[in-house]
Amino acid sequence: MTPTDPAFDADEARRARNRRIEAVARWALPLAVVILTIIVWNWFSNSSATRGMIFPAPPKVWARFLADYGMLFTSLMVTLKITFMALAIAIIGGVALAILFTQSRFAELIFFPYAVILQVTPIVSIAPLIFIYVQDPLARVLICAWIVAFFPILSNTTLGLKSTDSNLRDLYAIYGATWWQKLLFLQLPSAMPYFLGGLRIAGGLALIGAIVAEYVAGISGSGSGLAFRILEASYRLNYPRMFAALIMIAIVGVIIFAATTFISWFFLRKWHESALRREV
Amino acid sequence: MTDLSHRPVLPQSQRPRLLEMAGISKVFNGSITALDGMNLTLNEGDFLSLLGPSGCGKSTALRLIAGLMRPTTGRIIWNGAQDRGDIGVVFQEPTLMPWATVAKNVWLPFRLRGQSFASVKDRIATALKLVGLENFHDAYPRELSGGMKMRVSIARAFVTNPRLILMDEPFAALDEITRQKLNDDLLALKDKIGCTVIFVTHSVFESVFLSDRIVVMAARPGRVVQELTVDAPYPRDMEFRTSPDYAAQTHVVSDALRIAIGDHSHDAH
Repeated sequence: MTPTDPAFDADEARRARNRRIEAVARWALPLAVVILTIIVWNWFSNSSATRGMIFPAPPKVWARFLADYGMLFTSLMVTLKITFMALAIAIIGGVALAILFTQSRFAELIFFPYAVILQVTPIVSIAPLIFIYVQDPLARVLICAWIVAFFPILSNTTLGLKSTDSNLRDLYAIYGATWWQKLLFLQLPSAMPYFLGGLRIAGGLALIGAIVAEYVAGISGSGSGLAFRILEASYRLNYPRMFAALIMIAIVGVIIFAATTFISWFFLRKWHESALRREV
Repeated sequence: MTDLSHRPVLPQSQRPRLLEMAGISKVFNGSITALDGMNLTLNEGDFLSLLGPSGCGKSTALRLIAGLMRPTTGRIIWNGAQDRGDIGVVFQEPTLMPWATVAKNVWLPFRLRGQSFASVKDRIATALKLVGLENFHDAYPRELSGGMKMRVSIARAFVTNPRLILMDEPFAALDEITRQKLNDDLLALKDKIGCTVIFVTHSVFESVFLSDRIVVMAARPGRVVQELTVDAPYPRDMEFRTSPDYAAQTHVVSDALRIAIGDHSHDAH
């Protein structure tokens, strides 16, 4: 079909043009912004010698990254390990607690206040205590990351488990469904979109929790994650390495977000409104 | 392809009893009487409509029969053992699981009895064919129109060949054209498998077209006011819908319903 086609009116032509523009802009715009940022950053760093010392130009950061690649990569693995272990425990713990909450109103009344208290108390203020009570260096960091990450999973999954269609619940009751069947075939699928929403938040929070815990642990020997590398580099006035580690953390965060977004889309693509493409 | 078995439907006077509601009352919160002293005998093969204004307890009666709640007083006596799950239900909304395909939705009653999908595949196919959805096994509910979703819901209610089907204003949310088509198809389906149906509605026309027995109910407190019989023989079709007989019957039922509602307005004096 061409724009001169009588069935292709001005309105449709404009819409088609907008679609083409958006298809290019979707990746071109973010890329342009990143490139522009690097150019401005480079200009700013080189604008004076002292400024370049504490605010290293991109080529310096890149060179440091290549030089320290082995060490930074090892640290990245440590941080990633803590992040994913914390996320895994947050998922298991959050979903299990949510199931408990929806099965027993009393369990919810008893435990929910603790979940809220853990959530609203800043992790940096709890962490020193945890480091006193827990000796294992991995476990203490893991606990911190878990506390930060599990709440969105818990609250979202609880909400999801409670939002099953009441007619469907009646139908299951009429057909004599067991507790287990109701949970497995009705409540868990209903809760899926909510759980996945929680997962997207928890993924980012697990990383933040891991980083914060490493900071609080400081140089007391609790491993050598990326946060520890930043601290160490700051003591040594190694600004390029600080930037290199910081950028690595940011990229990991973006990748975790992209991965959880993809997982969410993958599981909901067939049926949930959030993952469906609207025609026109 | 296995066929759904056919239960013979006898003339009204010879039908064996299926269940009896004896002096059923239901009071909510100790003060709101949803249903007051309801007596009803349901026979095998009946197409019985509960007709009345909102608040007359017709849905409450249905929920009591379904076993979703217990009566405050009175008893529901089933003829023979009543297994849980020997009832099919259609709600006002299609009530499908959005994450499951059409065929998997219809599988639900079997699945909850522990029967695998493969073992009942033929029966699901038969049920879907009966409601005209043989080409939509793998479609998701969101891809279907309102009428088609309701057909899936009906197929799910019929698929286990239960002896009683409860329908709670199933077509109230559909447009008139879809509704008439589904009324026709429902009668054809019932004729084919010969089950018993209790149909809750607030439409006089629908109740006369579908049922051979109509129980007219009134509100505050919810109660049975009158029971009517529609004698026109099945199968009923477009011809019946335009016949003088149909018009006369709707007139009688309308009057009964008006008295049921009017009763209440007189109370206010």
